[in-house]
Amino acid sequence: MPIIVKLPAALRTYTGHKGDMHLEAATVGDIINHLAETWPDLKPHLLDEDGSLRSFVSVFVDGRSIKSTGGLATVISDGQTVTLVPAIAGGGTNS
Amino acid sequence: MTIISSNIRRDLSSDEVTRFSRQLLLEEIGVAGQERLRAARVLIVGVGGLGAPAAIYLAAAGVGTLGLVDADEVEASNLQRQIIYGYKDIDRPKVASAADRLKDLSPDIKVDTWNLRLDSRNAKKIIEGYDVVVDGTDNFPTRYLISDACVLLGKPNVYASILRFEGQVSVFDARNGPCYRCLYPAPPPPGLVPSCGEGGVMGVLPGVLGCIQANEAIKLIVGGAPGLTGRLLLFDAWNMTFNEVALEKDLDCPICGRNPTVTELIDYEDFCGLSEPETKIQSLSPTELKEKLAGGGPLQIIDIREPHERSLFKFEGTKPIPFGQLVRRIEEFDPKTDLVFICKIGLRSAFAIRTLQRAGYQGPMYNLDGGVNAWTRRFNPAMVIY
Ligand SMILES: [Zn+2]
Repeated sequence: MPIIVKLPAALRTYTGHKGDMHLEAATVGDIINHLAETWPDLKPHLLDEDGSLRSFVSVFVDGRSIKSTGGLATVISDGQTVTLVPAIAGGGTNS
Repeated sequence: MTIISSNIRRDLSSDEVTRFSRQLLLEEIGVAGQERLRAARVLIVGVGGLGAPAAIYLAAAGVGTLGLVDADEVEASNLQRQIIYGYKDIDRPKVASAADRLKDLSPDIKVDTWNLRLDSRNAKKIIEGYDVVVDGTDNFPTRYLISDACVLLGKPNVYASILRFEGQVSVFDARNGPCYRCLYPAPPPPGLVPSCGEGGVMGVLPGVLGCIQANEAIKLIVGGAPGLTGRLLLFDAWNMTFNEVALEKDLDCPICGRNPTVTELIDYEDFCGLSEPETKIQSLSPTELKEKLAGGGPLQIIDIREPHERSLFKFEGTKPIPFGQLVRRIEEFDPKTDLVFICKIGLRSAFAIRTLQRAGYQGPMYNLDGGVNAWTRRFNPAMVIY
């Protein structure tokens, strides 16, 4: 059973509308790098020029932020769910 | 725990007992909770898709004072989701129209109308007078401003934001949990994400999230309920799923961490990178594009709209490449040909040019100013603009 990766609408624009994916990986960093390489339009939304995670995207493994578990080095195992949550600002205010 | 002080007791009138009987019958609310609601002062920033339903439910529940901050007027396209307004309100200030509706719903309510934009100069003075803030805004600078002001003043911030069919909602209360900066230390740079302005939104979505915001504000006022502090709820209206992730306080957070470096409100336009001059983009007016087409030089028009959007208005003779595929398909562009990028109103196409510039594309690129809407207005004024 691979890792389940969930991408919200804000990021699906850059993956040809693919949302949920099943990937094999050992760390969160592997997942992020794989996504960035597979979808070059997605890369600037995930990684800085120096390869660190952008400050406007949060990553959660089984609902827990990777900030407290080692960041991109966080080790993941099969069956876990990695959820990407980018900052969105919409309020349904303007036309 | 409640955010309302306990020395507010004044007996409920018989009218109030009748009007709020369905709430008084809930033991978690009862008379004490209803009195707290009447004493409560809630500030709603942005009376749009989120703020409109939140305001209606808060007034209906008997919140005594509602502050409304919004600088805009009602537009016809707002009515699809901003259900506090009616057709007769078009062109009126939102805060004035909303106040009328809320007083109709709850005659004793006090509505403060702030017909302005919240900014670093007025935010603390305004927010100070309220017990809780509902963030229904639509842009990053104001979201960071509200979060920071609430941290500095020690107020809870009931937050929600939406995109297409999805939304996120949480309560940021730095006294007991994380703030917005703990979740996102910095916003995306302005050139990266096209603003929501051109995007669609399902009207029910901000309705659901605005109601959740009202629910959380009511619970903070009544007290005693587990809330969304330290929890981010993710709602997907298309797949109809609710997911939840845990938010932790960032001990290094620059405003609510152990050693804060932000101790006053800052310039949020600047923080969000909006004051930096953007690199120049060459643009063409509809007339200039028509002349260029007649000129017969090597030219290719790239329509970066999604297929469903292109079908709303077809622009003949273009190569369609959706915005999100530009870098992946960069090889399809010929640097010896003039590329003209088009979208609905000319904003996303400008983003498209910047995206390709960042990706290292060297050929000449032009933006159709005002997008296909401007083209239609210029050459087919009888056609309906989408
Ligand atoms: Zn914080």
